[in-house]
Amino acid sequence: MRPPTAGRMRTVTVVGASLAGLYAARELRAQGFDGRLVVVGAEPHQPYDRPPLSKGFLTGACDEGQLALSEAEERAELDAEWMLGTRARALDARGRTVVLDDGRALASDGVVIATGASARRLRGPALTGVHTLRTLDDARALRAELVHGPRRVVIVGAGFIGAETASSCVTLGHDVTVVEAAPLPLAATLGAEMASVCAGLHARGGARLVAGVGVAGLRGTARRTSEGTELHGTARGTPEGAELHGTSPNTSAPHASSSGGAVTAVELSDGRLLPADVVVVGIGAAPRTGWLAGSPLALDDGVLCDDGCVTTLPQVVAVGDVARVGGLRAEHWTSATEQPRVAVRNLLAGRTVEAARPLPYFWSDQYGSRLQFAGRRREGDTVRIVEGSPDALGEGGFLAVYEHRGRRTAVLALDRARPFMKARRGLMAAAEDRAGEYGEYARDAAREPARM
Amino acid sequence: MIPVCRLEDLPAGESVRLDTTPPVAVFNADGELFAIDDTCSHQDASLSQGWLEGCLVECPLHAASFDLRTGRPTCLPARRPVRTHQVYVEDGVVHVRLATAEEGSAA
Ligand SMILES: Cc1cc2nc3c(=O)[nH]c(=O)nc-3n(C[C@H](O)[C@H](O)[C@H](O)COP(=O)(O)OP(=O)(O)OC[C@H]3O[C@@H](n4cnc5c(N)ncnc54)[C@H](O)[C@@H]3O)c2cc1C
Ligand code: FES
Repeated sequence: MRPPTAGRMRTVTVVGASLAGLYAARELRAQGFDGRLVVVGAEPHQPYDRPPLSKGFLTGACDEGQLALSEAEERAELDAEWMLGTRARALDARGRTVVLDDGRALASDGVVIATGASARRLRGPALTGVHTLRTLDDARALRAELVHGPRRVVIVGAGFIGAETASSCVTLGHDVTVVEAAPLPLAATLGAEMASVCAGLHARGGARLVAGVGVAGLRGTARRTSEGTELHGTARGTPEGAELHGTSPNTSAPHASSSGGAVTAVELSDGRLLPADVVVVGIGAAPRTGWLAGSPLALDDGVLCDDGCVTTLPQVVAVGDVARVGGLRAEHWTSATEQPRVAVRNLLAGRTVEAARPLPYFWSDQYGSRLQFAGRRREGDTVRIVEGSPDALGEGGFLAVYEHRGRRTAVLALDRARPFMKARRGLMAAAEDRAGEYGEYARDAAREPARM
Repeated sequence: MIPVCRLEDLPAGESVRLDTTPPVAVFNADGELFAIDDTCSHQDASLSQGWLEGCLVECPLHAASFDLRTGRPTCLPARRPVRTHQVYVEDGVVHVRLATAEEGSAA
């Protein structure tokens, strides 16, 4: 049924034309919005899928065509105006006008913020051979360096993208070293016990893992400056606050386009030098909120939203990697596809009538194994293996459950898709039971329209 | 015609994967047998590992759902059908007859 306010909204602008933005556009139409729908996207590409960029796309197992998130026919049915290669520069004080980088202003009755996140980089002069991996252009540039025979590849950061990239580089026959500042990669997400099991995947897969040591800087070949003096490129090892003010249209454009020297080594904080032809920096992503600096929206590691993806303004919702929903910002594919249904429902209703399903889920493919995790692990949760064995990495995998005072909080599987799915459903059902309490909240919210 | 397993080894709610090229998944959906291509048409998950509910199987990776009778996806992110194959039981043994390349697709 068409929500009553859907007719009052004449124009809805979606900012960000990727996973969450596309799903939001679909939901707007599916939920009966028949007004003007504008989708603004900074990248020149039609929406594409990012997870394969560090996996099959890098190894060559899948091509660009397979990354497409929608077909021309579907986009035609959506009847949206796609402004691709166009950045939003600002949202006005009432949240009713989206200002584009060419100065055009889009008057909007509703706004969906889906600007995602951008890769953090190392500070310092740009050197060729140094990459981040967030966009299709990043992945094209990296892949182009990996198809001319074996290279020495150093991956900075052993998070999921770092580990997947390392695994893909091993598949392509490169000599791979992964450097991680924390003593144990992924410990914050998986807990120490399971993180140490997963760290074993690197060695099993044929990559070296150097953990517990930071990166002091990058070494590069000499380059000529405009004054004609020779300089040695050195990049500092501290991450740069990615895109603080959103002034750069391509924070994640390939470093290779710079005029600096070429990278030769990664210098570690203990003085060691790791020779490198290619460096991939995988030190996390920062939500792209810079363009919202002058707006009334509350920003703090993302756009702050209530449980229903509604921001401080009822006609502005946020979804995907950029959204901090009910205090939690996820950088997971599934959140970006699930939040839009709820966000759009609340947008069209003019207030929060539904909460987003609150069970985080992600997967990661590394060294031929598939890792799946669902739930919310907390510090101090106990973990036990309920199926398989962690000693048999790659031979049937295992299923582990996390518990807090006997209550299951999260579940992790390595190559155990079926039991994982059952366990995840169990967690989802339990979370929904608890969310029954949300009914109270919704009724209060209905009586009291302005809230955060 | 490919023998799969004895009927009693595929009880209701269970599935089995055939190592053919491409691999095939055989399901016992509340007593009715179905066979479809095992690899999800979205990316690379194995549908025999999926969640069976009535005549639908949900992909274990990104939750696309397929109708076992037609191979058609009932929701995103899958947009293309998987092929269906014929299943029959002979002398208590489940068999699959693989569809040819053109057959088996409801699209
Ligand atoms: C290499 C890689 C591998 C991944 N693997 C996995 C995985 O295995 N499992 C998993 O669960 N998740 C994975 N993810 C995470 C997943 O891809 C993200 O959660 C998802 O892409 C988030 O979608 P989004 O639409 O919110 O943001 P994004 O995909 O970041 O899209 C945001 C879009 O908005 C555009 N934009 C930004 N600012 C502006 C502006 N001011 N104006 C206009 N447009 C703007 C950007 O250019 C971009 O196109 C991976 C991510 C990467 C990069
Ligand atoms: S692989 Fe099946 S839904 Fe993605």
